[in-house]
Amino acid sequence: MSTIQSIAGENEQHPDVALVERVRGGDVSAYDTLVRKYERQVFRIAQHITQNREDAEDVVQDAFLKAYEKLDQFQGNSKFYTWLVRIAVNESLMRLRKRRTGKMVSIDEDVETEEGSVPRDLADWAPDPEQNYTQSELAEILRKTIQGLPQGFRVVFALRDVEGLSTEETAETLGLSVPAVKSRLLRARLQLRERLSRYFKRKAAPAGNGPAIAPLSGS
Amino acid sequence: MTCTEFISLLDDLIDDSVNDRMRADLLAHLKDCEHCEVTLNTTRKTIEIYRSHEIYDLPPDLRERLHAAIMARCKRGC
Repeated sequence: MSTIQSIAGENEQHPDVALVERVRGGDVSAYDTLVRKYERQVFRIAQHITQNREDAEDVVQDAFLKAYEKLDQFQGNSKFYTWLVRIAVNESLMRLRKRRTGKMVSIDEDVETEEGSVPRDLADWAPDPEQNYTQSELAEILRKTIQGLPQGFRVVFALRDVEGLSTEETAETLGLSVPAVKSRLLRARLQLRERLSRYFKRKAAPAGNGPAIAPLSGS
Repeated sequence: MTCTEFISLLDDLIDDSVNDRMRADLLAHLKDCEHCEVTLNTTRKTIEIYRSHEIYDLPPDLRERLHAAIMARCKRGC
């Protein structure tokens, strides 16, 4: 049984690989499918890095064109998506560099080296705190908050937590070690949490009229 | 376990990459530490909010324009 499963597993091919093979065989419509599938993700990643809408639009075009040109370099031992993300990250950093007139830009920028500490803000959040805001207010809060993170933390959080790459894929994509990704992810999550507390924390109740605290079961 | 030790393992707990023994230690700390419980819950919520809300949406007209530009150049051989 386990042998049958492992053979099936080895033969299992990611649908993207079949599309890539069709493109290599000259079928441009297969690339159309890949672009449709990932253009929104690439746009989001480019926005997270460049923080500029026009740059992000350019990155989407440049990343897909570069991927198309370099498709025969795609090995197939990594996912097409992570390969594409790596191209998009590099294009985004290049775009930032252009905007800063040639100054080197790296994902190590602004990353401090000291370890994360125990958070200061103890306030608990209101239940479903996002419901206190309209969709556009909430999007603005989330944008403003993540834009305040150092670049090196923001990119790790965006790839790992928003786009759903694994820690290993994030490390490979950014050229970082796994421990470096883990350390940045922890600090990114804690910093975002602390900054969002300003908007989401439970409002202090008037004295003597506080919310009832439910008894703990079994106590 | 101290709060600092708990925080250093917070991601492993959130990402469910701790062994049974470590999980038991972390949960034992949580039982007596409201501070870390709040930190855990609000950090989880932070991730969930960012995952479930589109903050950089690609509007359909822009998406179509970018898509058409990419495909036109690919068809010309870039």
